[in-house]
Amino acid sequence: MSQPTTKDHAALAEAFIKDEERVDWHDGALWYIREKRDIASKGIPEWEDLREAASQIKSNVISNLHEYLLQFEANLKKNGITVHWADTPEEHNEIVYAILKAKEIDQMVKSKSMLTEECGLNEYLEERGIGVINSDLGEYIQQLDNEPPSHIVLPCIHKRKEEIGELFHEHLGTEKGLSDPTQLTRVARKHLRNVFMTRRAALTGVNFAVAETGEYVVCTNEGNADMGAHLSEVQIASMGLEKIIPQKKHLGVFLRLLARSATGQPITIYSSHYKKPREGQEMHLILVNAGRTRQLGRKDFQDSLKCIKCGACMNTCPVYRKSGGLSYHNTISGPIGAILAPNLDMKRHADLPFASTLCGSCSNVCPVKINIHDQLYKWRQEIVKEGYATNTKVFGMKAMAWTLSSSDKLATAGRAGRWFMQNVPFVVNNKLNPWYKQRDMPEGPKESFTEWYIKNEQNKPD
Amino acid sequence: MTTREKILGEVLQNQPSSLPLPDISRFRGEKQDVVQKYKTVFESIGGKVFLVENVEAIKVLIKQHYDTGKRIATTLPEMTDVFERIIPNVEPYTYEDVELAIINAHFSVAENGAVWLSDEVMGQRVIPYICQHLGVVVRAESIVPTLHEAYDIIGEGTYGFGGFIAGPSKTADIEQALVLGAHGPLSMAVFILE
Repeated sequence: MSQPTTKDHAALAEAFIKDEERVDWHDGALWYIREKRDIASKGIPEWEDLREAASQIKSNVISNLHEYLLQFEANLKKNGITVHWADTPEEHNEIVYAILKAKEIDQMVKSKSMLTEECGLNEYLEERGIGVINSDLGEYIQQLDNEPPSHIVLPCIHKRKEEIGELFHEHLGTEKGLSDPTQLTRVARKHLRNVFMTRRAALTGVNFAVAETGEYVVCTNEGNADMGAHLSEVQIASMGLEKIIPQKKHLGVFLRLLARSATGQPITIYSSHYKKPREGQEMHLILVNAGRTRQLGRKDFQDSLKCIKCGACMNTCPVYRKSGGLSYHNTISGPIGAILAPNLDMKRHADLPFASTLCGSCSNVCPVKINIHDQLYKWRQEIVKEGYATNTKVFGMKAMAWTLSSSDKLATAGRAGRWFMQNVPFVVNNKLNPWYKQRDMPEGPKESFTEWYIKNEQNKPD
Repeated sequence: MTTREKILGEVLQNQPSSLPLPDISRFRGEKQDVVQKYKTVFESIGGKVFLVENVEAIKVLIKQHYDTGKRIATTLPEMTDVFERIIPNVEPYTYEDVELAIINAHFSVAENGAVWLSDEVMGQRVIPYICQHLGVVVRAESIVPTLHEAYDIIGEGTYGFGGFIAGPSKTADIEQALVLGAHGPLSMAVFILE
């Protein structure tokens, strides 16, 4: 059987959970955001209707994507925006490089874009002598630490403020021991405002692309996308094909759902509609495939393309909260990452659909009603069928199937398990048993329900 | 075959059979108490609201609340007697040291505190983002309940750039601690003309 090429989710999570205090903090911080999402959504009586409408709009998008892409492209051109198509991450990076090269630009500022993270754009450009600075504060911090973002909305949620203070001390020359969030933000503000003022090129991601009008919407809280874009002479936007929405009025539905689902805010501070270049400015938009057409053709998984990247599924996921985003070894982590990643490389990401309890909480909070937990379950079957599951997993599942194949086998196995846990607990309470890590095994019950039921029935007075 | 043709071909081949768009005309907000609702929401997201009778009253408030010794710029013709007029034909970065920018909004949205601005009222696209403090003037009768009514008004629009702004620039990237003034304005005030 094939083994993943990197450490798998369980191995990476093991490193994260060594620091129990940090795990508890991480767990609590994300749950707090989940609670804010609940409060915000309950303030909208038609919330469930809105989710349904958003889901239907996105179903319409993925089932008419060809037409909408053509319409969007035509309208972009009408608005004076140059359109590029990229089939692979490499092609995307080459296009960005060519645009910058033509203008002899060697420094660029970038606002949050998971797509360019996915494409490895920063590394590609840096190898060619072009410096890129991430301007979203969380991404900037992650860039200083040479780490990818651990969350799509909160890129450095796994870091404590003391660690960030240490990074600022090392890279920005702040005094040692500074850890006050306001003071640290002020330092970054000063530094990054200077970056915005001096960069001739700015790249942003795209939240929504309106086919009807050929404009695109970028949502931020910091205002970094706008600072970069409006001060630049070359503005580039990179988007996955699936970011299309049909009509402008649909923004009403999506912008009502996005921030409330993400952080519990009624709307992001900035929802910017870019339509035409400013006088003297060049605007480029790159439509990126990078596996999306393949996912579109997978009947069981095509709905994952409805995602609006709010991160609600991460904030609610018990596995994500306890294992941290970096243990998913994929740009998009958490439940949504675990159903997107196997499409990109099934062998490399074979472990991710198993990093879930299948509790379904992700599907319940998803603003576009993606059946995330069903897709996780379906990916597991796909992965085992394709032979990408690890040996222990395959053996475990076979043993489980054998045990559950008859009630006699189950009863025997249950009796054996209870006897071991009561009489020789050290057999299961040791480091060879992965369930024993970071926790004690429960005390085994004295009898099974069947045994209790039979005994009880016998003792019943007639 | 070009990349474009390849991608479009794969999309056409792989997209499922067409599903219809839902009717979203049922989503509507309540028009009553929108001014009060707007005020409550906008203050809850870190903004300041002033109810005023006329532009003269705004000038007085600005003198009380802001450092008028610093650069104050505006696109409102009624204010250019006391403050600098924002002009389109200069390099945008020259506005970096604007302490306070005062501009008109087309309307605002009660449910989320956002004001709608287009480059037609900004003077320069960068203005509401680059200033240290932002002041926006909005007419009370223009406030709409939800984003659905907002997009009815915006329609296709003649702007090159437009944006909703809902409060001062903010971040909570460091340990979820809320900090106002990430890259953009440290504060935002909305003057509602009644």
